[in-house]
Amino acid sequence: MLELEDIQHYLLTRPHATIAEYHFMTFSDAASGRRWINDLLHTIGNAKTVMAASDTDMRWVSMAFTANGLRKLGISETELATFSEPFLQGMAARAGMLGDTGANHPDNWEDNITSDNLHAVVILFAKDREEKDRCLKAHEAYLVNNPGVKILSTLHIEAIPPYDYVHEHFGYRDRITTPVIEGMGVEPTPGSHPPSKAGEFILGYADDTGETVPLPQPSALTRNGSYLAYRKMQEHVGAFRDYLRANGETEEEQELVAAKMMGRWRKSGAPLVLCPHKDDPELAGDNQRNNNFDYEKMDPHGYACPIGAHIRRMNVRDNSVTRIMNRRLIIRRGGTYGPYLPDDAPEDGANRGIAVFAGCADLSRQFEFLISVWANDTTFEELNERDPFAGVQDGSLDFAIPKKPIKKKLKNIPAFTTVRGGAYFFLPGISGLRYLAGLT
Amino acid sequence: MSDNSWQTPQAVAIPKSSDGLEKGRYGPIWPKTPANYGFTVIAKVIEGREEAIRNYGKTIEEAVKGSPDVLAPLKLHFLRWVLFDVGSGLHFMYQGIFDTDFDKYVEDAIALFNSTGITTVFVNLEGWPEDWKTNVPAVTKFFHEHQRPSFLEYGEYPFVSADEVKKALRLKAAFSEMLDQMQ
Repeated sequence: MLELEDIQHYLLTRPHATIAEYHFMTFSDAASGRRWINDLLHTIGNAKTVMAASDTDMRWVSMAFTANGLRKLGISETELATFSEPFLQGMAARAGMLGDTGANHPDNWEDNITSDNLHAVVILFAKDREEKDRCLKAHEAYLVNNPGVKILSTLHIEAIPPYDYVHEHFGYRDRITTPVIEGMGVEPTPGSHPPSKAGEFILGYADDTGETVPLPQPSALTRNGSYLAYRKMQEHVGAFRDYLRANGETEEEQELVAAKMMGRWRKSGAPLVLCPHKDDPELAGDNQRNNNFDYEKMDPHGYACPIGAHIRRMNVRDNSVTRIMNRRLIIRRGGTYGPYLPDDAPEDGANRGIAVFAGCADLSRQFEFLISVWANDTTFEELNERDPFAGVQDGSLDFAIPKKPIKKKLKNIPAFTTVRGGAYFFLPGISGLRYLAGLT
Repeated sequence: MSDNSWQTPQAVAIPKSSDGLEKGRYGPIWPKTPANYGFTVIAKVIEGREEAIRNYGKTIEEAVKGSPDVLAPLKLHFLRWVLFDVGSGLHFMYQGIFDTDFDKYVEDAIALFNSTGITTVFVNLEGWPEDWKTNVPAVTKFFHEHQRPSFLEYGEYPFVSADEVKKALRLKAAFSEMLDQMQ
């Protein structure tokens, strides 16, 4: 039975927020850090409360820590050694394996994210700007009284126009699929993965093998916790639109190129496997149909959805590629940062993109696998390609669109995205936060 | 294969040291050779367990007969299991030729080992971690420590994948069928 009142709400439910603020924090000493946690503890929503929340209950703060943060707060080296290796090393140390090279290298990451002094992130959600300003002022007030805790950097997250659908800067509809956890009372939509065992995302529960992985120590800190992988990706909207224009003479052709690279139509999110030639917003809006497809039987050669399309790489659905698809899932949270670039505006050089957290129980099996293999492995399904959005691109690789009698190639895929930041965090349960606050 | 390099046989001598190799999630990645990715694990058999291991040959035979694609995610060309004793006790050798690096799909491999009973072979080997069901890093460490990398590999048709071989044979069969239909 999931202890919803002890699990931070962050991975289990979405508050009715359109704005968020990420504060990356540093502590000068353990006592200051513990006091900061204690001060904010009452604002941190648990899953049970937030799932049942009304508009007046907006305890939507979440808090997570780096390995250096736990060390600073007083977790011993012996205890830290029981945490996972990627978490202890940090994302920047694993950049080579993840494929974060060239412009994506941690040397170029922003927001002081690679600093050894990064100890925690606090995520403040708000339903509107007024509420956000109130939250920021409240946080500032705590910091004024606690000079040992400082903000290293901040990132403002806000939905971008048009507001009639959730999307990122390229215009692709977001939040179409998300894993369902057994025992949450939610039924997966047809075609989605069966519910995952809680242990795939939350520590201390049985995972999909039926086994319960031993908790990192101390268990008072780690039970009901999760690992988070943070990723900030700049989106080069101008380059993306230029590429569509260069590869499609009409708007319809450009939309088809955009859809082929993603595997779904851009605005509606309708899957190409079910409507390969023309967008079908009605189908897209029907959650009994919009995810009800496979590749193995319905589109084995990729004539509808190319083998290398983003959704086909990151959620392969096929047993011939993996037997443990359910064990590669992540719960993705986050949103867009930076200014909106209107459709008819030229590239303005502004920094805009997405900043997301991937929640999981095993950083290596889940997050790192997705990035290093499914996004970046050029031998994936013998394509000699990388994921057009999540993979590292430098113009040297193509993207194949299977087509009779012979396939079409989108040549020299440029970098539509650049990794601008990344870090691993541990998201404790509510009692875990209390444990940290009460350490002496 | 995008070119015709498969037409020229190739041999590659592999250095002993793993220094300078690309690092995977769990350690060094031995590079692909003209004979594709290889995996040769040699470990000592726990006294009295020979029959348990030998009998599993039959289990795998039956598993593949019942479900021919049961090992598909491993992207295998060939598997060879050998039991031998050169005077220091009975040893088991698991040799596989793959198209993907073992490290990339290690969790799939371990899940397959579990579901097909291959793990039952490993639990009869010295050094196999007791917490193998929940500790992938420990299992991977066992494979790394018992992996004996080749120092020479040769490919008559270098770097060709099993999928490419099957595609070529399917094409050949389709052509034969087409010619039959034109008679």
